[in-house]
Amino acid sequence: MAEKILLEIVTPERKVLSEEVDIVVAPGELGEFGVLPGHIPFLCKLKIGELRFRSGATSQHVAIMGGYAEVLKNTVTILATAAEAATEIDVIRAKAARERAEKRLSDSRDKLEFTRAQAALHRAIARLKVAERQ
Amino acid sequence: MATLRDIKRKIEAVRKTSQITKAMNMVAASKLRGAQQNMEKFHPYAQKFREFIGRLAAGVEDTSVYSLLTPKETVKNVELLLVTADRGLCGSFNTNLLVGAERFIKAKKAEGVEVSLINAGRKARDYFRRRPVKVRENHMGLLNKVAYEDARRIGSSLIELFETGEADEVYILYSHFINIAKQQPSIVRLLPIAPTEQKEGEKAFEYLFEPSHEALLTDLLPNYIYVQVLESLYQTSVGEHAARMAAMENATSNCKELVRTLTLTYNKARQAGITKELMDIVGGAEALRK
Repeated sequence: MAEKILLEIVTPERKVLSEEVDIVVAPGELGEFGVLPGHIPFLCKLKIGELRFRSGATSQHVAIMGGYAEVLKNTVTILATAAEAATEIDVIRAKAARERAEKRLSDSRDKLEFTRAQAALHRAIARLKVAERQ
Repeated sequence: MATLRDIKRKIEAVRKTSQITKAMNMVAASKLRGAQQNMEKFHPYAQKFREFIGRLAAGVEDTSVYSLLTPKETVKNVELLLVTADRGLCGSFNTNLLVGAERFIKAKKAEGVEVSLINAGRKARDYFRRRPVKVRENHMGLLNKVAYEDARRIGSSLIELFETGEADEVYILYSHFINIAKQQPSIVRLLPIAPTEQKEGEKAFEYLFEPSHEALLTDLLPNYIYVQVLESLYQTSVGEHAARMAAMENATSNCKELVRTLTLTYNKARQAGITKELMDIVGGAEALRK
């Protein structure tokens, strides 16, 4: 497979990654989708979750905290609110965050608080999932 | 004429001041480096975001579906987000921004449009505290560490004002960073969002959208405002440090000049004193001899 995809992940704080890869699997709003070279142009909203990509025999994982993806002529651009590679994740902190979020979820009364706690929980879970893969 | 001791004291004072301004210059220089790096890190995101939204907006025929794109029929109230520094001692940096705001308010008033302000920066708050302009919100300490969270908070309150009809147009006044020696106060209309011009040949791609074109754009437009606000915060913060660095550099060289001229007068006065003493001695000796 000679053709590769250029994967770029940018967040407001930094450029996380720019790499040539074989396949990208991203967490779309309506479900996970995979991108191989020669994909048609595609714009998509991303939810909080795990983004995988493989280059040769090694595959890597990045936690994405929501954002957008654009697929165009063998390039995938991810505009994420925040993104963390597996090696950057603080597992202990993420675990603590998960517990906190779970507690808040069961305690929460109003809807706003509930959604917030839910989002926090999703973020923590995504981080842990990515960290485990390493 | 000032006595020798007075001049000496003055020289000491000026020299101390120059030490302080020199230190401030160096602090500003290192902060400038940091701020500039942050701005550059943000740049790819902003760039991609603009391309992104440009492609999405290009496919829209009927803008009236999106409230953020639709101009209001009559414009009576305008909101201005004024971004300044929190601290002074940076030359005419803040003054330029404040003058720009005054001019904008005056021009709008002439058209019969009321302007109210959201201030981001202590200098803006202080200036408009005692002036007959309606100030809605004051934000401070944003530029110390420019954060996406802050931009989102301000951006969403701007959007709310626009959507509830309290403001018919929203502008932002910030310091556009051209280079280290030049910063330009500039006013940009945030809302309603002006349709971005599409370059020829870029429309060639037919996209697949998920969840849908409409849902995506509705979701993206507020984010676009946040990105704009964030970018102007970054630029203003870089501009502030650059302006302070230049101002302090000037101050230091002025101090040096002052020390030089003062030293000259000091030496002249000292010589005059010695000459006078000598004449006294010589005169006394002459008198004794006779």
